[in-house]
Amino acid sequence: MSMWEYAPAPESRDVANLKPAYRPFIGGEFAEGGGEPRKTVNPATEEVLAEVSTASRADVDTAVKAARKAYDRTWRKLPGSERAKYLFRIARLIQERARELAVLESLDNGKPIKESRDSDVPTAAAHFFYHAGWADKLDHAGLGPSPKPLGVAGQIIPWNFPLLMLAWKVAPALATGNTVVLKPAETTPLTALVFAEICQQAGLPPGVVNILPGAGDIGAELVNHPDVDKIAFTGSTEVGKQIQRAVAGTRKRLTLELGGKAANIVFDDAAIDQAVEGIVNGIFFNQGHVCCAGSRLLVQESVADELLAKLRARISTLRVGDPLDKNTDVGAVNSAEQLARITELADSGDVEGARRWTSPCPVPDRGFFFAPTVFSGVEQSMRIAREEIFGPVLSVLTFRTPDEAVAKANNTPYGLSAGIWTEKGSRILWTANKLRAGVVWANTFNRFDPAAPFGGYQESGFGREGGRTGLEAYLHV
Amino acid sequence: MSDRVGVAKTYKLYIGGAFPRSESGRTYQVTDSKGAFLANAAHASRKDVRDAVVAARKAFPGWSGATAYNRGQVLYRVAEMLEGRRDQFAAEVAAAEGIPARKAQSIVDESVDRWVWYAGWTDKIATVLGAANPVSGPYFSFTVPEPTGVVGVLAPQESSLLGLVSVLAPVLATGCSAVVVTSAERPLPAITLSEVLATSDVPGGVVNVLTGRASELGPWLASHGDVNAIDPTGAGPLGRVEVAREAADTVKRVLTVPDDDPDWAATPDIGRLRHYLEAKTVWHPMGV
Repeated sequence: MSMWEYAPAPESRDVANLKPAYRPFIGGEFAEGGGEPRKTVNPATEEVLAEVSTASRADVDTAVKAARKAYDRTWRKLPGSERAKYLFRIARLIQERARELAVLESLDNGKPIKESRDSDVPTAAAHFFYHAGWADKLDHAGLGPSPKPLGVAGQIIPWNFPLLMLAWKVAPALATGNTVVLKPAETTPLTALVFAEICQQAGLPPGVVNILPGAGDIGAELVNHPDVDKIAFTGSTEVGKQIQRAVAGTRKRLTLELGGKAANIVFDDAAIDQAVEGIVNGIFFNQGHVCCAGSRLLVQESVADELLAKLRARISTLRVGDPLDKNTDVGAVNSAEQLARITELADSGDVEGARRWTSPCPVPDRGFFFAPTVFSGVEQSMRIAREEIFGPVLSVLTFRTPDEAVAKANNTPYGLSAGIWTEKGSRILWTANKLRAGVVWANTFNRFDPAAPFGGYQESGFGREGGRTGLEAYLHV
Repeated sequence: MSDRVGVAKTYKLYIGGAFPRSESGRTYQVTDSKGAFLANAAHASRKDVRDAVVAARKAFPGWSGATAYNRGQVLYRVAEMLEGRRDQFAAEVAAAEGIPARKAQSIVDESVDRWVWYAGWTDKIATVLGAANPVSGPYFSFTVPEPTGVVGVLAPQESSLLGLVSVLAPVLATGCSAVVVTSAERPLPAITLSEVLATSDVPGGVVNVLTGRASELGPWLASHGDVNAIDPTGAGPLGRVEVAREAADTVKRVLTVPDDDPDWAATPDIGRLRHYLEAKTVWHPMGV
């Protein structure tokens, strides 16, 4: 493929307006946090991007008090129609600063600019637009005659979609009349703190949104704070279980969006080339750092060889490298720790006897990168078939009958998402009906929309985000 | 006065459509509100919980896979059978709760009506909670509610029949199967309800009824990997904390219940139905 090498086309990092230091946002002001300052690094180059002042335990208390005060004095008293206008403003401001947010997100997270630009940021804006419209229509949401907000929401989000997960959490909370204390992930706090500037630009009353950078201890402090009414968490199943245990017996409401090990089922009549595109999107989107990633490919035995050959050929064309290059398909793994975890789990595939194939693509020698990898000959008992890898690693299993496909797909404690590839409509609906997963994509994968509820079964958590169903998580109904 | 000696009944558990004794061999004395002996009830054990969960899991595919119309018919049939045994239930409720016959009769009537109310929901709840999602782009996206699976129910301790029906019927209406731990002190109406269920058209294993202590059995039910949701009502404010903690290891759905028993006679909302349903969102591309 040397004849058509792409010329590099990196976005200018100047657009990100990167500042040397970022601070927590409490009660409408940026203030020095009492925690240990952290340096946030660009995972593609390992260079330090900025120093971030983090929150201390005392800051959590200050932020919760600010949120409570804002809830009691202003936000809960505001008519829904007025709340809506703030959310519409925020949505517009995100759009106005979309370029800046996208570049900053790619710098801090390592995700390809084409994904932050075309997916993360526009969808984040869409979430504010969507929920803005609900703010004055909650009586019509079918959840009961006059639903009431819960109060102060403590929200903890992961590093894989920093701005988008913020939008998923903050937009419905504000639309339903709650105030928010949000903790972004320790490795990706920057866009959340630019979002705080957007709250200022929108004239949002002080304390309605508070943002506390910090690590897990700050999250735990927030979870255990007695004046928090609701906890919303997106992250690992392990931490989700700890949180569920911590709030047990309290009056706190809880929603969890946890891990997954999604099955992507390809039947023998599927449009193979289309399925290949979907499989690639399903597992390599965002470097596979997606809780609903299609990490277990279940292929009907009769087409497995053909599909696998085409899949490898297609994966070989994926460009791994500079996240700010518009041509990049797979960016950097978010941190050294995550890269180590992916490497360890992939190695267990070798040890347990699966067949590893790695894309021959060039991989940068600096930064945290992992070449797209496919394991074939995978058995259900192997760790790579059971545990969430959260990286660009696909495990391929085969099946003979639809019943076997469903049995294998459901053979997991998780239940977040699934994919089905077949030309037969009745088979799609039959399979979708049998799969225990909160989201089922048929002949497509990794589609998100604020109007479509998202969330899991069993160890993938409880509660939904988006749609009418998602509002329930923030309301007394 | 007749010299006839009544035929005393041995009360047992209800598991998988059969009426076994507790595998533990334990029983406990049930008395009326004044302390007079009524019966020896089976004192269910942890092993009985496991057996009941196995039965409930086995029954789940059939019950959840039945048409909503069919489930509605079956639940209505339960109401019919309940109605036919009004007098027996009224006598048992009066004895259990220490209330006058007239009051007990009205509780039984409300229980029958409650069952009918839920029977009518089976084929409507998907319409009310489902959605067509107007997503951006050429996709048909819809959301349907579906039953979460096996539900562990710790029935209210005070309200021996109406409370029980109010917590059990919504589980069945959604298409879930149930493992119920009855009121410890007032279990007899629940056992008679088991007989009603056994002779109605509810498939064996869809409902399993254990007489025993919620404080003893609740944590096992809450930690069981094959139970998907739990209603901690009968565990009491303190027991609920333990149940909620045990539920965390399997990320179980735990129903939020008030500290004090609600007024079971009030018409319920759909909160309980909603709690046992999972929203499944399905996406499909549109094109030519």
